[in-house]
Amino acid sequence: MMLNRKNTGPTGRLASLVAVTAAAALALTACGGGSGSTGGSSSSAAGGGGGDLKITFIPKQLNNPYTDVVLGGGKKGAQEAGFGSSQVVGPLEASASSQVSFINAETQAGTNVITIAANDPDAVCTALGEARSAGAKIVAFDSDTNPDCRDVFISQVVAKEVALIQTKLISQQIGGSGEIAILSATANATNQNEWIKFMEEELASNPAYKDIKLVAKVYGDDNDTKSFQEAQGLLQAHPNLKGIISPTTVGIAATARYLSTSAYKGKVALTGLGLPNEMRPFVKDGTVKEFALWDPAQLGYVAAFAGKALIDGKITGAEGDTFTAGELGERKVEKGGLVIVGPPTVFNADNIDKYNF
Amino acid sequence: MSETTSTSTAPAPMADSTKPLASEPKGKTGAARILASRDAVTIYALIAFLLYAAIAIPRFASPVTTGFLLLDVIPVLLIAMPMTLIIVTGEIDLSVASTAGLTSALMGVLWAGGMDIWLVLAISLLAGVAAGMFNGFLIAVLGLPSLAVTIGTLALFRGLALVIIGDNAVANFPKPLTAFFTSKLGGTGIPTVMIGVVLVMIFFGVLLHFTPFGRGLFAMGYSKEAAGFVGINVARSKFWLYVGSGAVSALAGIYWTLRYTSARSDNASGLELAVIAAVLLGGVSIFGGKGSIPGVIAGVLLIGTLNYALRLARVSDVVLITVTGLLLIFSVVAPSVGAAVKDWRHTRRVRRSFSQKAA
Repeated sequence: MMLNRKNTGPTGRLASLVAVTAAAALALTACGGGSGSTGGSSSSAAGGGGGDLKITFIPKQLNNPYTDVVLGGGKKGAQEAGFGSSQVVGPLEASASSQVSFINAETQAGTNVITIAANDPDAVCTALGEARSAGAKIVAFDSDTNPDCRDVFISQVVAKEVALIQTKLISQQIGGSGEIAILSATANATNQNEWIKFMEEELASNPAYKDIKLVAKVYGDDNDTKSFQEAQGLLQAHPNLKGIISPTTVGIAATARYLSTSAYKGKVALTGLGLPNEMRPFVKDGTVKEFALWDPAQLGYVAAFAGKALIDGKITGAEGDTFTAGELGERKVEKGGLVIVGPPTVFNADNIDKYNF
Repeated sequence: MSETTSTSTAPAPMADSTKPLASEPKGKTGAARILASRDAVTIYALIAFLLYAAIAIPRFASPVTTGFLLLDVIPVLLIAMPMTLIIVTGEIDLSVASTAGLTSALMGVLWAGGMDIWLVLAISLLAGVAAGMFNGFLIAVLGLPSLAVTIGTLALFRGLALVIIGDNAVANFPKPLTAFFTSKLGGTGIPTVMIGVVLVMIFFGVLLHFTPFGRGLFAMGYSKEAAGFVGINVARSKFWLYVGSGAVSALAGIYWTLRYTSARSDNASGLELAVIAAVLLGGVSIFGGKGSIPGVIAGVLLIGTLNYALRLARVSDVVLITVTGLLLIFSVVAPSVGAAVKDWRHTRRVRRSFSQKAA
């Protein structure tokens, strides 16, 4: 405090000027690298064709293991589809408005295809509109935007199938009756909420599930610590809980970690959508019997090919359009500009070692 | 602001010496003082970075940048204005982002409930004022510490927002209104809403620098007791500052909602730290008593430009937050280091002058 009250003489001014310049210089060095490759984002020059076509992936957030696999597939797809360069940019936190400034920067950078997993279907709309009027094609993947704001939406699988497989798995694991809870990502995540809606409908309408009672829905915000604490809270608040469905890879891993070290291990069932590499130890130690997921790499892969098809004018996003997604073969655009990647896979102790993502 | 070097730092033995220390430099005055002040340094840094970005980053120098960049910084710019005044008095308001979120949630619910949009906006603004009055009551009337109170209301207002709107998001605001909030003034790229933002900046700038109320805030920042003795109504000043902060936070909440066309409970979360960082970078002392509105505007724009430019150059966000963090630490540490060096030289000079006398 005293230090701060003292008069800052010429030396002080000089020092702060030097400091600011130093920080700026640091930024400059970072910029220099940025044009080539920096951190998580790297540009890959395709071997042949493609020319100057640029594709950018904007995931919900960076540094999420699931996202990394999706983007790995996206990079591969972009290269095979013939894009000159592919970029990954995105926020560190999955909040609704954080993606907008990235879309703006891409608009200005003249990117040809923006591939986005929206944190909020509407918050990104204005920015995407500006990108489109600047000539960019918009491919939504993983989590849809408002349909008016994009050309096509690449969906993992039919949302209903994902929901049904999770309700089926939990029913099998708790023997068809008892209390269950859902631990989801953020309260506004479009895909999670759609699955939860289908799960609730299925639990209410299917007589096979009449003894299963959904007692709580909690949100871990796709944050490991928060999910862990929410799982802990769930089991404390509902002593009769028999099962948890976590339709998010961060949530299911955190919950499994909590269960595996608690007295509930083996007693409370856990299923949902998880990454085999993250869930392997918990399947092997008996915390988790079975969980599901599609191959996320295919999602990014198909998205890249859809982007190329849009630029080439092969598809417009209208129902019935078809395009070839590299080694995955032909994909069809369904009603509402929807492109389905494939059915979900169920992982258990028998098959989990065959997958590496 | 107006410290002179000698009064407090001169040692007591000076009393027996009739001659002043000849080599002791005097504090700068007038234009020289303003041109070399702490906030002027931020302004120079901003100009330097703008020049660099315009040259080195492709596509940076265009009206499109102005538009996108300003649209991004407007919420921070708005809230930084009352925050500057509050920090100058040596207090803090951490509840600003939650107030904005609360406003956003309220807007969503009222609009979805079928209320007229102008009435919705008026009620939301009043809600912000009420939130500010609540803070002001606890801090000014009950005399509780602002840090504790606003940490509490940070959670409380965010909680209320969740109670009001829950997990829902309301998006169907009137198209002409949301379009207005992203519209630009002709080909300049300057967003139309900047007119309102500039009015807010002028209001708080004049209030702080050209009114007795503003001078009183600086006095409070140095010593609340002393300010009270010279006739400044400390409690009343504080109360109105928090009301102002609540009102401006509500404006930021309304802007956020209509710009992103999405009313949600988690809107603007984390914004309070961005605002405080920008205010400190703009040369305001966290201990109070020092700071200026032009410096803060430069601070906000410097962080905003840095963010935008690095994003345009596709620098990863990890690097970006590290750079802004380092910049902030340097900007706070550098003047203190400078002051310490100066102090050391002063002491040495005094010692030398005494040893000469003794000889």
